[in-house]
Amino acid sequence: MSLLRQFWEGGPRRDPNTIAYVVLLVGAIFFPLLAQVATGGNSSFIVTVAADAGVYVLLAIGLNVVVGFAGLLDLGYAAFFAIGAYTYAFLASDHGRVTPLGEPIHMPFWIVLLIAMFVAASFGVLLGAPTLRLRGDYLAIVTLGFGEIVPRIFKNAATWTSGVNGISALDIPALPVWLQGPWSGDPLQVVTDFKILSSLAYYVIMVILLIISVILVRNLHRSRLGRAWMAVREDEVAAAAMGVNTTAIKLLAFSIGAAFSGFAGTFYAAKLSLVSPENFGFSVSITILVMVVLGGMGNIPGVILGSLAIYGVIFILLPQLPEYATGFVNQIGLSGLTQSSGDYPGIAEFISRLKFLVFGLILVVVMLWRPQGLLPSRQREQELKKGIAHEETVIEDVTAEVG
Amino acid sequence: MGTIGEAVRRRRSALRTGLTGRVLNVGLVVIVVVFLFFLGQRIIAEGPSFFLQILTFALANGGIYALIALGYTMVYGIIELINFAHGDVFAFGAFLSGSLIPVFGLSSATFGPGTVVGLLVVVFITMAVCGILNVSIERVAYRPLRNAPRLAPLITAVGMSFFLEGVLFLWKGPSNVAYPAVLPSFSFEVFGATVGIKELVVIVTSIILMISLALFVDRTWLGKAMRATAQDRDAALLMGIDIDRTIAATFFIGALLAGAGGTMYGLYYNTSVFDLGFSAGLFAFTAAVFGGIGNIYGAAIGGMLIGLIRSFWDGYFESAWTDVVIFTILILTLVFRPTGILGMRVPEK
Repeated sequence: MSLLRQFWEGGPRRDPNTIAYVVLLVGAIFFPLLAQVATGGNSSFIVTVAADAGVYVLLAIGLNVVVGFAGLLDLGYAAFFAIGAYTYAFLASDHGRVTPLGEPIHMPFWIVLLIAMFVAASFGVLLGAPTLRLRGDYLAIVTLGFGEIVPRIFKNAATWTSGVNGISALDIPALPVWLQGPWSGDPLQVVTDFKILSSLAYYVIMVILLIISVILVRNLHRSRLGRAWMAVREDEVAAAAMGVNTTAIKLLAFSIGAAFSGFAGTFYAAKLSLVSPENFGFSVSITILVMVVLGGMGNIPGVILGSLAIYGVIFILLPQLPEYATGFVNQIGLSGLTQSSGDYPGIAEFISRLKFLVFGLILVVVMLWRPQGLLPSRQREQELKKGIAHEETVIEDVTAEVG
Repeated sequence: MGTIGEAVRRRRSALRTGLTGRVLNVGLVVIVVVFLFFLGQRIIAEGPSFFLQILTFALANGGIYALIALGYTMVYGIIELINFAHGDVFAFGAFLSGSLIPVFGLSSATFGPGTVVGLLVVVFITMAVCGILNVSIERVAYRPLRNAPRLAPLITAVGMSFFLEGVLFLWKGPSNVAYPAVLPSFSFEVFGATVGIKELVVIVTSIILMISLALFVDRTWLGKAMRATAQDRDAALLMGIDIDRTIAATFFIGALLAGAGGTMYGLYYNTSVFDLGFSAGLFAFTAAVFGGIGNIYGAAIGGMLIGLIRSFWDGYFESAWTDVVIFTILILTLVFRPTGILGMRVPEK
């Protein structure tokens, strides 16, 4: 509430992000209702997609700590996502029976959520401790390498992980107590040991997790640690000279990011009830990075916006494009285009082949249009404007002297 | 783009950085020795002809990786950008030369002096088109962002990579594309190993191209301008070097090698696929980092090493673990030698 009061009262601490947070929160609350109305009571698919998008939002928020706050380029973020997902798969399924362990383990979802965070963060520390002294892009390559190694290990260590087939039939998360009511189409009652099956329940849990994460990360950003991250991002040498323990705080950023990824991985695995090494490749890491940078690095609402936008393009717009195109050419009376002839595969197939091209173009055009991201942080925007203006004056001076 | 002298000086100073540095270097040596010991056992068990066979494959493989890695390292050296689209320029080269070969009527059935001339023409056209393509990418997607936040051009590079993959996907579809056979399948025996014309052509071509590049960067005016720009862009500007033109030239030359590499890949493996550039680019970039990114000798050595590790692991151990081994070696190398094998001064902001 103090957030809102600050905003209404204005003054120097007025944060433009407050509007963004309020809009996002209101949107998240009313989205299921809107979907229900828009689809005429058949919204479970759309709400499922929204909950899946939430996983990516969570990942982007976590990567933002590493890339946006601390300025460490991480190209293997999906590795921690995979570690989180496989942690859930090992600790909450019958899979243990077919491994050399011989015993199935069934731990509650909520406990595994914490364990997975811890496991992923430990791997983050394990990878980060010897490599965080590397400068700039060498670190990026170490993380890239790690991101390539982890899914391949899960794929090759088949006695433990079932290899390419992955692990399926994971436990369904359950809540000890849940209040049912007309909103889920049931009579009002308190149920115990509630299995989370409906898409709406997943959505609600996702939104709650996201709210907690955003508050957490926002507070981190405003803490002493957050300021130290920014100092290291802007100038590591100067930060060290000011008494910042650069290695420790970089390691913290790295492991906090990893923890988020592990967290998201657990949710992802529980919702899908399946993990497979194919789902955690380099393209996932790159997609999350694109979400962070395109949204506005370092700014939480920007990152959320970026992740929703990219998720929408990749998983909703591009798959449906062929359908739209077919409908469109039928409508304007060129239905001949839908047939394949010779090398031409028909409009639907043609458009679906365009998807890489379109996605690439979107990335290039958006980045050229807004190099600082869709919704950059106020601070960084100022820095950039100042930086460019400064450079221009320098060049003018030089020409003046030469002339 | 350091010279050899600079690289050696850097290495000496890196070796003498206190106790930790020495311990780390000893650690690396121990790991290498243990690895070589097990490899040696397997090599002795399999006999010398198998070893030579694997070595031939490794050199051909490594030559192609090195040709791609050079483009990555040159671009990184000059503007500190991981040019993700570079691997796709290489794949484009493979596709283009594969389409040009039937146009010129080249085939292994009618191999003769005419075929060799035709093949050279195909290679030159492919190299030139790839060069122009890469320069256009630089002009459209990277140059406007030169003063933007550091990660902005990285994202446009990813976008360009998707775009090129999209073009290739549209051109030849999702499945593997057969590359016309041009080189005769003639081979001869050397100490029990079969060495084909294909391997020889790939190895010799890549060595010639790498030597030409080294001479170019070391001896010509433009090469000097490139080194100067890589070292200090502002100072180079003050010395009257046209920065934009130098950077464009770097992209052009890098893509020449990628185009040649693409043709070699097609001639050697006789197949290509629209997302070939992704995996090839990943390993070539790894090679560039391995050798010390920004250093052209490092990229050549790194490419060869990746080829060696890949072929030897495939040949002597389980091939499912090859990629894991390559990336593990990469991480260990960077832990023990933070700037790659040859190393280079990493500009600090």
